[in-house]
Amino acid sequence: MSDPANSRGVTDPKEIAGADPHTGEREIDPVTGYDTTGHQWGPIRELNTPFPMIALVALALAFGYSVIAWFLLPAWPTGRHYTPGLLALDQGQEAMRDFRAIQARRGEWFSRFADPDFASLVADRSLMAEVMPAATRLYHDNCAACHGDDGGGGPGFPNLRDNHWLWGGEPAKIAETIAVGINSDDTDTRVAQMPSFDWIEIAERNSIADYVVQLPSGNTDPASAGGKLFADNCASCHGDGGVGGLDNGAPSLTDHSVIYGQDLSTELITLRHGRQGVMPAWVPRLTVEEVNLLALYVWQRSATASKVMK
Amino acid sequence: MLKLHYNLEKLSMGLVGAIIVAASIGGIVEIAPLFTIDETIELPDDLRPNTPLELAGRGIFIREGCYACHSQMIRSLADEVDRYGAYSLAAESAYDHPMLWGSKRTGPDLARLGGKYSDFWHVEHMRDPRAVVTASIMPAYPWLDRMLDTSTLGRELAVLARLGVPYSAEMIDNAERDALAQSRPESDDAADVQARYGDRVAVRSFDGDPERLTEMDAVIAYLQSLGTLTSSASAVLKENGS
Repeated sequence: MSDPANSRGVTDPKEIAGADPHTGEREIDPVTGYDTTGHQWGPIRELNTPFPMIALVALALAFGYSVIAWFLLPAWPTGRHYTPGLLALDQGQEAMRDFRAIQARRGEWFSRFADPDFASLVADRSLMAEVMPAATRLYHDNCAACHGDDGGGGPGFPNLRDNHWLWGGEPAKIAETIAVGINSDDTDTRVAQMPSFDWIEIAERNSIADYVVQLPSGNTDPASAGGKLFADNCASCHGDGGVGGLDNGAPSLTDHSVIYGQDLSTELITLRHGRQGVMPAWVPRLTVEEVNLLALYVWQRSATASKVMK
Repeated sequence: MLKLHYNLEKLSMGLVGAIIVAASIGGIVEIAPLFTIDETIELPDDLRPNTPLELAGRGIFIREGCYACHSQMIRSLADEVDRYGAYSLAAESAYDHPMLWGSKRTGPDLARLGGKYSDFWHVEHMRDPRAVVTASIMPAYPWLDRMLDTSTLGRELAVLARLGVPYSAEMIDNAERDALAQSRPESDDAADVQARYGDRVAVRSFDGDPERLTEMDAVIAYLQSLGTLTSSASAVLKENGS
């Protein structure tokens, strides 16, 4: 800052050194043709380079578009409403229009699942090839959290791949189970309540548990103390000798398939506290078509299907 | 116009004034609708506030930072509607202070989670997410098994009531009792919870142990209530011909 005027903070060009005292015009740089700001640092003078034209054009275009957008799109608030724009766009309606378009694309095969004849659907191989990717996605979004990615289940969540069904293993039955759930808040829910047997003497609970643990092996004596207690208290739901198959949600205790476990400690917990596993009802969260598709998917991946398909 | 700007730049107070005018136009456009929000956002008739137990769970949801990974807003986009269900309405979170819409989804959106999975699944999932969802990266929250502190619930309800949430004096006075009763379906007070908050309130032992009122009970009660406080969103989906 060699110039004393600048060091005093003078901003009026007319007072800046190098400017014409009457017009404020400053010296033109001979190399670039731009004028200079009058700021000088030793031998260096600052060029007053004009604002780039492209930025001005972009600003003008953006401003122009915003004015057009005021008229076409929802823009200004007006108290209790807003200017809706000439295009009358509404994000919610647009989403629903797109959603309907998605559904329409599925429509060809989707409608066949509204009231399906599962046997003929399975026989249609090209249809199966088309719908299975959608079924896989539905399964992973909704069912896999409990039943596992591979349908293998886990402690407390039934295996869907074996050949054991508590509520019937035909696709139509599976579809109903998915639709209404088990012990769910649906009015038509399937109900399965393993009651608590904490009112039975603990010694007797132990002998029932011992008996049930042995059931899968087949080395049990129905005339034993545990066998008699089982017949009196358990057989009405689990069947004589625990074979199950009554389609009442009570599992067979002889088939090696377990939900919670059939070891002694798990048995004692089950007898003491009972079990009331819950499967949510999936209608109306899913449509009837989606439920039927899922039922077919689950059935196809189970051992039951692989037996039938052979 | 450029000349005006050129001269304005040299007048510092003038430039400050011009910046304030320009910025406040943008501000007013965003803020003005809030002046009339009470009249423009129509509250559904069936909208209910959270019960004290759900509210406690909501507090734990915030305390544990769940909102950092889980949004609670389904955007009005077709693929979101396809996956999660009806898109979220402003009225659905009218009683939320603060709202937990979020914009970051490391985990899935939770706006329609209520009723999707069983209480048992939620318990297992909170204790060890990998036990049920093998690919999950969610942390485990085993400490939720500790007892729930209900002593502040009455005051929380009172504060929310001042913010416009329709909690009656009766609800505020019975907040602690209702929190306990909602997890004990066999207790004498259980019916009062539904009498005060509506039949759609789930009265269950959420963590499977009615003897103890735990933070797990509260969180699961809250998660099972998400998306169930009003049916207006699914009504919009039907209206638009789903």
